This record gives sequence, C-alpha cells and structure tokens, in this order.
Amino acid sequence: MTFTVAAEVKQNAVTGTLDQLESESIHILREVAACFHRPVMLYSIGKDSSVLLHLLQKAFAPAMSPISLLHVDTGWKFREMIAFRDMRVRETGIPLHVHTNPEGVAEGVGPFTHGAAKHTQIMKTDALKQALNLFKVDAAIGGARRDEEKSRAKERVFSFRNTHHHWDPKHQRPELWSLYNTHLNEGESVRVFPLSNWTELDVWEYIRRERIPVPSLYFAKMRPVVNRNGAWIMVDDDRMPIGPDEKVEERCVRFRTLGCYPLTGAIESTAETLDDIIAEMRASRDSERQGRVIDHDPGASMEKKKREGYF
Amino acid sequence: MRASQHSQLRFITCGSVDDGKSTLIGRLLNDTGAVFDDQLRAATDTQGAVDFAALLDGLDAEREQGITIDVAYRYFHTPVRSFIVADCPGHVQYTRNMATGASNAEAAIVLVDARKGLLTQTRRHTWICGLFGVRDVILAVNKMDLVGHDEAVFDAIRTEYAEMARAAGITSVQAIPVSALLGENLVETATSMPWYSGPTLLTALESLEPSRIDGIADAFHLPVQYVNRWGQDFRGYCGTLVSGRVRPGDTVTIQPSNLRAAITAVYSGGTAISEGTLGQALTLTLDKEIDISRGDVLSAAANPLEVSDQFSTHLLWMSTQPMLPGRSYRLLCGTREVMATVTDIKHLIDVDTQAQLAAKQLEINQVGACNISLASPIPFAPFDQSKALGGFILIDRQTNETVAAGRIEFALRRATNVHWQAIEVDKRARAISLGQTPKCVWFTGLSGAGKSTIANAVEKQLLALGKHAYILDGDNVRHGLNRDLGFTDVDRVENIRRVAEVAKLMTDAGLIVLVSFISPFRSERQMARELFAPGEFLEVYVSTPLEVAESRDVKGLYARARAGEIPNFTGIDSPYEAPESPELCVDTVDTGVEDVARKVVSALRL
Repeated sequence: MTFTVAAEVKQNAVTGTLDQLESESIHILREVAACFHRPVMLYSIGKDSSVLLHLLQKAFAPAMSPISLLHVDTGWKFREMIAFRDMRVRETGIPLHVHTNPEGVAEGVGPFTHGAAKHTQIMKTDALKQALNLFKVDAAIGGARRDEEKSRAKERVFSFRNTHHHWDPKHQRPELWSLYNTHLNEGESVRVFPLSNWTELDVWEYIRRERIPVPSLYFAKMRPVVNRNGAWIMVDDDRMPIGPDEKVEERCVRFRTLGCYPLTGAIESTAETLDDIIAEMRASRDSERQGRVIDHDPGASMEKKKREGYF
Repeated sequence: MRASQHSQLRFITCGSVDDGKSTLIGRLLNDTGAVFDDQLRAATDTQGAVDFAALLDGLDAEREQGITIDVAYRYFHTPVRSFIVADCPGHVQYTRNMATGASNAEAAIVLVDARKGLLTQTRRHTWICGLFGVRDVILAVNKMDLVGHDEAVFDAIRTEYAEMARAAGITSVQAIPVSALLGENLVETATSMPWYSGPTLLTALESLEPSRIDGIADAFHLPVQYVNRWGQDFRGYCGTLVSGRVRPGDTVTIQPSNLRAAITAVYSGGTAISEGTLGQALTLTLDKEIDISRGDVLSAAANPLEVSDQFSTHLLWMSTQPMLPGRSYRLLCGTREVMATVTDIKHLIDVDTQAQLAAKQLEINQVGACNISLASPIPFAPFDQSKALGGFILIDRQTNETVAAGRIEFALRRATNVHWQAIEVDKRARAISLGQTPKCVWFTGLSGAGKSTIANAVEKQLLALGKHAYILDGDNVRHGLNRDLGFTDVDRVENIRRVAEVAKLMTDAGLIVLVSFISPFRSERQMARELFAPGEFLEVYVSTPLEVAESRDVKGLYARARAGEIPNFTGIDSPYEAPESPELCVDTVDTGVEDVARKVVSALRL
C-alpha cells in the first residue's frame, strides 16, 4: 500500500525534521572548520551542492565561510551549470578553485570517444585526486546522501581515506553520538558528508523553505533531446554526435540529478515549480540515480568507484 | 521533547541473525513506499520473489558472505513522521558496529522468533542498547504464524523480556506480535490475532515518544565548538545546545575557567532569535571579552556542570590492539579533547551473560568497567543524564584509530579536592644553584644494544665537566621501585610510566637524568616526552642491530629467550618499535663508546 498524504500534516512533520537536519549539518561543518587545516567543499553545482553552500553560509554567519569551494570540472557539464556556478560564486563571495585533469584534456578524453566508465575514471576520480593533492586538502566536504545508493547507506559522516584516497568499507571508523575522530597522519584525508541523513525529499523541501537558488535544468521546459539506450540525452552543444538512426526532438523534460550532460538522462515532466517537483517526486516510483548512465555500468559499481577514490 | 519538535525518529533493529530482521525492514520500507521500482526490480529473482536482504546489504563482501557487516541507514516516511532506521549486524564479532548504531538511536526494535524465545543475542543486544543510551524498545515477536498465532506464546515471551529489559536499563517496552513474512501487524492490523488490541508496528513507531536523556535539570549547556571572529568587534561562540534553552540576558559560567558573562545575542544561521532550544546549532555573543576556546562549556550560571579528572566508566573496546592500562589515549568528550589513561580495570562484563570477570586488559568487542584518569579536568555530566556530556571516545595516538566508546558513570573525586602543593623553591632556582640546565636523556634500544654502557660513559664525562647527573637503569629500577612488574605489555607500559615520572621529579630537582630503558613502544616514549618542557627531553636511539646485540649477549638473555625460557623478550617474541625522529641516533658498531658519549654530551648543549 502507499500513502496518500494530507498536505497539512506532512508540512508540520517535515518542518521539525528540516530544523533537526539543518542543525546537525551545521554542527558537522563547524567540526570541519575547527579540526582541519585545509578543508574544501566540493561544489558540483547540483541541488545538494546548493543546499551545502547555503548551510556553509549559515554555519559561519555573519563571517565569511572559512572553507572555500572546489569544482572538479570534467569539461562536459551542462553549459548552464557553469554559468550558474559563476553567478553563485559572485553572489556569495566564497572563493572557488576549478580543476580539470590536464592530462585528460591533452588526450581529448570525453564520454563520446572514451565511454562513460573511462571518462568518469579519468576526468572525475583521477581529477579529484589530483586536485586534493594539489591543494593539500585534508577534508573534502561533499553532498552525498545515504539514501542515494546501497553502498552509500553504509558510509560514515567523516569517511577516512588513506594516502591513495582509497575507501575501505570494512575498516571504517566507528561514529558514536556526534563525536567525530578527525585525527589524520600526513597525506591521509577524510571525505565529509553533512547531508548523510537527508533524503532527496528533505533536500527539495529545504530548498523550497529557504528559497535556495538551483539551476533551471531541474525545472521542466522544452529541450532538444535524443533517445539513447532508453535515456533522454539533451543536446547541450555541438560536440554531441547524432547517429544516423537518431533524431533530435523537442520534449518537455527536466533533470533529477545533474552531471556530465552526455551521461545524465532527463525525465519527461511538466513540473515547472518547486511545488510541482515535490509533488512529482512523491508520486515517482523510480529512484533518483536511475537516470545516471554511469551507475548502470556493472563493472563500475559505486562501491568499486568509491574504493578507488571516487566520491 | 514535544512531538512537534521531534517529528523524525531514529531507531535501530536488532536481534538474532535468522529472526527475520531484513524481511521486517524490507517490508516496512516497501509498504511505506520507500523502495523504488528500479530498486525492487534489482532485488527480485526470476520467480518474482523479493529478496529483502538484497535491498539492505550494500557491500560486495556482505553479499558474498550473506551477512550484514556494518550498519546500513535507511529512510522512510509516513504522513506523520519521518524515520531513519539503522540495520545493525547481529554477529558478536560486530558488537562495535551494533553499539555504534545504538549510540545514534532513540529507540530499538528487538526481534524475537516466537518459536525460539529469548536467545543470547536478544539479551546481548538489549543490554548494549541500555548501555549506549536507548531507553525505549519495541519488542517484535515475529513468526507468530508459525506458532499458530498463540497468545500464550506471545505472553510468555513478553513477560520474560520485560524483566530482562528492566535489568538492562530499558524504561519502556512495547510488545507486538507480528509476522514479517505475511505482513501481519506491521502496517496493517492482522485479523489472525484478535486477542491483540495494541497498535501495529508502524503505528507504534509513529506514536513513540522516546524518553530523553539529554537534559541536566533542563539547565542550559553548550560545548563550544568553534570561535567565530568577524571584523574588529564580532566574536561569536558556536556550538550545539545539548541541554536546556538560552535567551539574551542569561548569565552563564564558562567552564572549566569558572568566569562569568551575560549572553548578549543568540543567533541561528545568522539571524538573531529570542530563544535557542535543544539541538539547535547556535552562535552566542557575550557582554565581556573572555578567552574562550573550543572545548570550553557555556553553562547556566545557576547550574554549572561538575568538573573532574578521574572517573568510573564503562568502555567498549573496538580495536584489534588490546587496551593496556597505563597507556595514554586521546579522549574526546563533547568538543573537548584531553589525554586519558585507564588506571584500573575493575572487571570485564561478559556481553552475553552480563557476568563480571577479572581482567588485565580489554580485547576487541569486550566491555569493561574501568577507572580513567585525565591529564586535565573536564566539565561533564553522567551519561545517564546526558549522552552529549557523558559519552566519549578514545583515540589511539599512534594510529589515530578510534579504539573505544565509553560512558562516564561518576567522578571518582572532585577535581577541586586535590591541589598541587605550591613549593617556593622552584625548578629554576634549583637549576641555577647547581649551575646547569636540567635535561632528560632517554636511551632506547634492544637489550644488549649498549644503552647502559653509553649512559655510564656519558655520566663520567658530565661529572668531569662538573655537572650533576644520575642514571635510571632498567635492570636496577626493576629491583626496587618496579619489582612488582613483569614483562607483559601491560606491565611494560606501567614500567615506563613510573620511570618517566621519576625522571621528571629528578629534572625538577635540577639534575641531568640518563634513562636507560629498552622502552619498546612509541606510545610510552611519547607519553614520557610530553611530561617535559620543550627542549628538555632528548630521545637517543641506540640502533645496534638485533644480530649484533644477540651476538654479544652479555647477560646470556638472548640464548635463554631463543630457548623459550624467557617469554615476551623484546626483539624475539615481543616487538620493538624504533623511534621515527629521535633527537640523536647512535650505534656502537663502528664508533667507540667514548666517541658516542661525546656526541650525546655535545647534543645536550650544556
């Protein structure tokens, strides 16, 4: 059975939850600022990053966030994402570092030529490790949530990584109460997930309550798309090859997650407002990551990618 | 906590491996719409049967072995409430992961198989729940369909469990007869058990108001997490409110300094508010400039916390390296971190039977009642009054591993009762009258490495220079001060602790102390180092290789150790951890003893 939700009751239930989640996340961000030397927040421009950025401002107000932003740019993000990123950085004044794997660029690595798995390995995982080494980062904050994927459900809030950035799921530091062990040896680091206990619905409810700006790609609009292996891929620039059997159509679509445009499937939708999105989400029978092409590669499970240093 | 402030419930599920835990959670998630179609498809076999365990066990190793290793957090909601459920591993080998889940939970569902009744696992998990702060249990008596939905079976289990739970510190138990497989009394009321008139499992979860152990007489307490400075004038103290409430104008005591101030403003997310409440992450400003840093606690002036440096505690040991009394660990309680040493293991508690056993050390997954001593006093509350101010973890100083979770039961003495006796002639005056700078030279190395020979030569050279020195030699000290100690790891730690304290007293007396001890563990040499002022302690590693030391075998000890006559001999069957960055590294293989001694004397920069 499923529940039909009385809007009013739901509203009250969620308000208390959001306050609790917000306070916990702020507590985590402050631990990072207090206990690490070179923390960064990995800003990937999507809805979770937008919430994190908002929490970062709240945690340290009225002062400027002592934690700066880092964007690992694969060079294949939606054009709107980059414009949105630059706008938010201007508005908030928080410093942003951008890193793209120079070797990947030199070799012309991209999802169309090299495939999803290789592109992700070189332009995301390897690039992330390069950037963290370059800036000598000891704590990298990310927006991952435990409800996203099965191996993420087992993830710590402060997730220890060895000097090679590897995750060992069998030997994680136990986390009791809100006591976080932040001690590291030279070269070791942690990934920190302040949104661990949030669900996708919590994120949208919070965006609505706090009026947090998010890229318009989340809202339904007529967009040029191609149906490729069952996913609607948006033609965002002229680097996208169109096969002889393919046709570009204008469809009313939106995105549930944002990543590299060739690897992110859109969903057909008419949800044009936050209220529409929340209503649509409540009715949806598919998980958030269902549109992510890279998650469907059986040889590259999330656990395996995380072991190798992926977020 | 009122329901309106607490609409999210965090609970764990525990019980024996085959009691149907995964089926129960899987069904709860599925029936509340928390499992998406694509996830359900992935967990459905070709016959159309759903493998609920596959929905929950997310690690490759778990799927390979078919068991749950680590806690998995799952999320679902109903119109009334949102839930986070931590699915805890059942196996005794993962007691620490179960305790981790319990520490973050407000309630527990304990599953019992109606056919089997209470098992060791039921008792163990209930006891750990109680130990780590869960006060409310829903007892799900499962597989009722397999006992003919018999009320007598249910009643017998309920009665027996209630008694056991009370002993474990559980204050409320709500028993519900269910069948996870058939979905009876989970989300919908079962018609098969008309004798049961209570709520379904989901209704019970929705209406459960967990008893709070986060208030000390409702008085305001906030551990300072971070000091926020902005511009010339703004200095805010950030932290999460762990007890009571706070308003502008309230008078607070800063602990442990005991200074007082008044709150001028309370900010939440940069907005000034009229009152801060439990659980909120706040920023507070005060009416005075006071030196306050992370680890201090802001407390209601009328209700300050107790302050102490010695405690009776319970510890759950979580590391494969055993806990050794006398070794110093980092202790984190609230936002304060201090060095801590276990001074005494009163007894070990068998987690299965709760029997008390004698113990010299704690092994992984064992719980012990231990006394601990801290390097400096901390503000605290007993765990039964506040998880936030009475729960702590211990961190190994070498590996940085989280090695224990603990709870403070009570202070062994009030820190204010023991004062440091002030003596008017001080260390500096004594050093001046002797015409020297006191030092501690710590020689470490294998037996037969040449430590005592070098120390001897150093003392003679110092004497010739008119300096006052004294040798503390491992063998000699073991004849007197430390003659009650053997050679186990536990005793070696205590051996070094005592000699380090003696060396400290001697430098206080103005002497140059030459300590010649194998001192095999880095942790204890680090502990010794920290007793001294910067520059006062010189670690000299006598790095003679094992083959050379063994070939010398001056005392014939290696031969006996090799023959198995001396157990725990360093270098043979007990480890030696070489220093990573000693002030001086010497050996007696290529250099004569007098030259080595000259090097040491010159390093003293007298």
